[in-house]
Parts: sequence; structure tokens; C-alpha cells
Amino acid sequence: MAEVAEQVEKKSEGLFSKKNRKLISHPLDLENPVTVQVLGICSALAVTTQMKPAFVMSLGLTIVTASSNVVISMMRNTIPSRIRIIVQLAVVSLWVILVDQILKAYVYDVSKQLSVFVGLIITNCIVMGRLEAYAMSNKPWPSFLDGIGNGIGYGLILMTLAFVRELFGSGAVFGFKVFEAVSLPYQGNGLMLLPAGACILLGIIIWVQRSINGYREG
Amino acid sequence: MKFLRDALDKAKHNFEKGGKYNKFFYLFEAIDTFMFTPNTTASEKGVQVRDAVDLKRLMMTVVIAMIPCLVFGIYNVGHQHFLAIGQSAPLGDKIMIGLWQVLPIIIVSYTAGGLAEVVFAIVRKHPINEGFLVTGMLIPLVMPPGIPLWQVAVATIFAVVIAKEAFGGTGMNILNVALTARAFLYFAYPLQISGEVWTYLPDKAQTVAGYSGATPLAIAAQAGTTQGADVVVQLNNFGAGWADNIYSFSNLFFGFMPGCIGETSTLMCLLGALILIATGVGSWKIMVSVFGGAYLMGLFLNFVGGNAFVEMPAHYHLVMGGLAFGAVFMATDPVTAAQTETGKWFYGFLIGVFTVLIRVFNPAYPEGIMLAILLMNVFAPLIDYFVVSANKKRRLQRATV
Repeated sequence: MAEVAEQVEKKSEGLFSKKNRKLISHPLDLENPVTVQVLGICSALAVTTQMKPAFVMSLGLTIVTASSNVVISMMRNTIPSRIRIIVQLAVVSLWVILVDQILKAYVYDVSKQLSVFVGLIITNCIVMGRLEAYAMSNKPWPSFLDGIGNGIGYGLILMTLAFVRELFGSGAVFGFKVFEAVSLPYQGNGLMLLPAGACILLGIIIWVQRSINGYREG
Repeated sequence: MKFLRDALDKAKHNFEKGGKYNKFFYLFEAIDTFMFTPNTTASEKGVQVRDAVDLKRLMMTVVIAMIPCLVFGIYNVGHQHFLAIGQSAPLGDKIMIGLWQVLPIIIVSYTAGGLAEVVFAIVRKHPINEGFLVTGMLIPLVMPPGIPLWQVAVATIFAVVIAKEAFGGTGMNILNVALTARAFLYFAYPLQISGEVWTYLPDKAQTVAGYSGATPLAIAAQAGTTQGADVVVQLNNFGAGWADNIYSFSNLFFGFMPGCIGETSTLMCLLGALILIATGVGSWKIMVSVFGGAYLMGLFLNFVGGNAFVEMPAHYHLVMGGLAFGAVFMATDPVTAAQTETGKWFYGFLIGVFTVLIRVFNPAYPEGIMLAILLMNVFAPLIDYFVVSANKKRRLQRATV
């Protein structure tokens, strides 16, 4: 009987089971890497003056997180635990270099705008955090979903920040001058273009999120 | 007044628990206590502080202390306007121009900030904070007379929400609220709050021949980059032909010069300081040490030497820009200043030092007092911490247990 039950359970563990779907949906809100775990703040403040680089950055981070999660997850049983960090770093840098080269080849202007921040994905706490916390102890497929979920969670915050900053800072969305298009006079808000403005905005996002979700110390 | 009391009493039950407008109880309470002394003061018996002064009256004292600056500011806005267009006008006209420019700023600041204040009071269910009485008046006084009103509104709301309510409301803020409003404008819309905006000039105004809107600090900073310049000579020569001696030392002290609405006159600020010190509302230690810090730093820079700005006589630093206004009204804010008595000396002194440092060495920020105060606001708790732990150490040594 027990065997049968186990089989049934195995069958129900589909590619997009409830548990797996949570891997994607949780990092978007309840476990958001930026606003809840407060990771990856540096790049979130630095690359969000415009939406285009922010979008490319989130895409890059999602790809790196997901693919290094998969690779590490496949290797997880063979990595000696004493040197796991350096192995993780090697895998992450492989993907980062790939992403960097692709960006340089196809969207050179954005790559220039992002400057060091693509390279700095290597040390991005979100990537390292997911490898340590998830990929090291889970199978490749859930690890992949986890990487995608966290990448999107990061991207969501980045895009929100970039949208507000670009809209109020330079009156545009994705470089399209919104206020000019509807012929409204608009004076760009200089604070939004400064990293300090992004920090304040991020604080407001966290404030709103906490007042909806509730917040407990610790 | 009896009918007002009656009307309030009659309406009161609507706002109390179970009443129709219970949500707006604190709005009602604010209006009530604003007009009448609340009858819930300390009882006759027992050991309590029994004083007619509550937070509202305390704040009103500060507002009263600002009146000299405000009145002079209103006159000065008109005075500078007519100087710049090269006309002589009777006193009444100057005051009319001043009122026309200043009153809307005050009204907008109070309305925008008050609205934010009321919304938070209702949502958070806390009493409406009287602190805004002062903030709402300080904000117009540190604005240039020609500032667009929407910017005043945006800055005020930003300051109230981000600098105060986000930290928990009156008494909890880390940064001075009025200065946060100004800093917001400074970084968000620098075009309207820096450069030569300190005289009110309508769009098509014809300025007098030789007119320049440069402030003393701008002139000094400019002189600092020129070989062999002398700041005092340049200040004395400024305005020749259309406003003789406008930047002479005595005029810098009396304040008949362009600048923020309330900051130009050191004399009026000192009058305000007198009121604050006499009533015990503002800390004289902070005021004295800000002036002292700036003066000593000025002397030290004179001693070191380097360029014309560095060698400017130290006493000029005390009357230029907004140092006096900041020292009297901003640095003494009891919430954001250091709390310990020894700490107040350090706090004020460092404000003075940093003001002069920023003025002299940072070409991007001609006026340093705003950033110096905001910086020291952040450090005030640290200063207090050191003072308290030093005190603990001293007492522990004395203890013989």
C-alpha cells in the first residue's frame, strides 16, 4: 500500500506542480530578493535611471541566476564543501562573461551604459544567495525555476524603480518622451536621476509592500 | 468665544467613539485644542509638571520668533525688486510686491503640508502634529521669492512624508523637516533655487544698467578662483551705480540684499534668537557654538591661506548667506539637535565648521549651512552617545563599590 501511495505522489509532482509554481511566485512578493531580503541593492540603485538598461540588466541577471543554478545543482553532489564558493564563482563568472559578450555584440550602447554592473553580477548577492540557499540542495529543474523566479523578482523591482525614475526624472518611458507627446510642459526632477532618489523610492516601495503584507520584526 | 466653545461641544459627540465621524476625531481634536486650552492638563495634586506651555504653545513661540524675519523678508523682496529694475518706490509699494510674492508661498506651504499631515493623522490614528506650524513657516522663509508654487507644494509634501511621517511623526524625525524640503528642491529642481534667482523679477522686467543678481557667496567663490583677488574689495565695489554699498559689511548685517525670503538679515535673526532664548525655547548653546565654529574655522582658514575666499575675513562668514538663520531656527530644532548639554556645544560647533568648509572648498554648493545642519542632524545621536558614555565612565570611576 505504501508503495502505491508513493507512486501516486511521484506522479503528481509534475513540472509545474503547486510547489514548483511557488518557486516562481514567492520571490515576486513575499520573498522578494530586493525588498524583503534586501540583496542586490547596489545595482538596483545604479542602473535604474532609464528603463532600457534596467530591463537588460534584469534579463541578464535572470539568465545568470537560472543557468548557474542549474549547473551548480547538477554538480552539487560532487562539489567538495570546503571549496564550494570558488566553484560557484567559477560557474557564475562563466555565465556572466557569456552575457557580457552577447550584450557587447548586440546592444553595445546599453552595454556601455551598464558598464561594470554586468561584470558585478558575479558578486551579486542574489546569485550567490540562490546558489548557496537553493541550488546546492535541490534538483536541477526546481533550481532552474528558483533562479527564474528570483531573477523576475529582482527585475520587477528594477523595472518599477526605473519606470518611476525615468518618467519623473526625464519625462520618458523607454526613451519615449511621454509628456512631450501629449504636449504637456514637464520639468525633469533631478533628484530622481540621483542614486539617492532611487534609495528613497526603494524605501517607499518597501513601505507600501510591508503595509500590504504586514511585517514582523525578525 | 462662548458660541465657539458651545458649537465645538455640540459637535463633539459625533467624533467620539461610536459617533458618525469617529474617523476624523483627531481632526476635531486639533481644531478644538488649537482654539482652546485643553481641560485635560495635569491635575492640581501630585508631583507633575504644571505649565501652561504645551507643544502647541511652544511651537507658536517659535513662529512668533520668526515674525521679525518674515516681516523684514516681505519688505526686502519688494525693496530688491525695485532696486533691480532701477526704480524708487514708496514703502507701501515695496510691501505690496513682497506680500504678493511671499503670501502665496506661505499659503501653499501650509496647505500642502497640512493636508499631508491630516491624511497621516487620520490613517495612523494619531493626533495632528503641531510641529508643522513651525515647519510650514520655515519652508517659505528659506525659499527664493520667485520659486514656482508647485515646487513649494511638492517639496513640502515630500518633506512631511519622507522626512517626518516615514520615521513616525513629530518628535521622531532624524532630519530637520524644513531643510529636507529645501534640500529636495536643491537636488530636484536646481534651476529655480540656485544661481541668480534671489531677486524677484517678473518675466519681462527690464533690469537697471549694470545689474547683476550674484550673491555675496557667489562673488566670494568667484574671487577664490581668481589670482590676486580680494573678496572684501569686490564686495564693496559690487552694485556700483545701481545699488551702492549693497554688500558692505554693515548692509550684509542689516540684510538689504537679495537672498532667501527670511535669511538675509542677520539682525532680524538675532532678534528672533533673543525671543527664543528669553522664552527658553531655543538652545543658546547651539546658536553660540554655530557662530563660534564658523568664526574659528574662518580664522583658521585665514591663517592657512591659499586663495582669496580662504583669506576672506572670518567675520564676513557670519553675515553672509543663511548662517544666522540656520543657526537660530534650524540648528536649534529640539528634535534633530543633540539632546545632551555638552553634546549641543559639539553639535553646533561642527555645524559652523562644516558650513565654512563647504562654502570655501565645494564649488558646487555656494551655501553650506543647509547641508552642514542636515549632516550634523545625522550625527547628533552619535554625539549624544559619546557624551552619555563618557559621563557613565566618569561616574563609574568615582563609584567605590
